[in-house]
Amino acid sequence: MNFDLILKVAGIGLLVAILAIILTEAGKKDQAQMVTIAGVVVVLYIVIQGLADLFVLVKNVFNLY
Amino acid sequence: MVEIVQIIGLAMVVTVVGAVIKQLKPELALQLSILAGVTIFILVMDKIRLVIDLLQKLAEQANISSYYLFIILKIMGIAYLAEFGCQICRDAGENALATKIEIAAKVFVVILGIPIIVAIMETMMKLLA
Repeated sequence: MNFDLILKVAGIGLLVAILAIILTEAGKKDQAQMVTIAGVVVVLYIVIQGLADLFVLVKNVFNLY
Repeated sequence: MVEIVQIIGLAMVVTVVGAVIKQLKPELALQLSILAGVTIFILVMDKIRLVIDLLQKLAEQANISSYYLFIILKIMGIAYLAEFGCQICRDAGENALATKIEIAAKVFVVILGIPIIVAIMETMMKLLA
C-alpha cells in the first residue's frame, strides 16, 4: 500500500520544521520562510496526487460521470 | 480483516506524528491528515466495491432497472466525496467552506434524483387518472 507516502510526508514535515527552527536561530529568517514554503509545495504535490488517485477510484467504483 | 488493523495503526501513527508537527508547522500537519484520510479512504473503497457488486447482482435478480441503481450509486459516491471534503475543511477550521460543500452536494444529489422523482410523479398520475 501507499503507507510510505504518509511516512514521507511526516518526514518532510519534521525535517522542514527542524530546518526552519535552525535557520531562524541562525538569524536567517527569510530563508526559513523559503524552506517552509518549499516544504508546503512539495507536500502539496504529494497530497494532490493521492487525492487524484482517490477521485479516480471513487469515479470507477460508483460509476460517476 | 487485516485492513482494520492497518487503518487503526496508521491513524494512531498519524495522530502522534501530527501532534508533534502541529506545534511546529500547522500547515504541514493539516496536509498529513489529508493524506492519511485519502489512504484510509482508498483502503475502504476496495471493500465498498464488493458491496456494490453484491447490490448490482441483487438488482439483476430482482429485475430492477440498472438505470435507477446507477443513479443511487452516483448519489452514494457524491455523498462519500462530499463528506470527505467537508471533514477536511472542518479540520482546518473552515466551517463556512464545509457548509458550502454540503450545500453543493445536496444540490447535485437533487439533480441526480430528478429522473426518480419524475418516474414517481408519472406513476402517481397513472394511478389517479
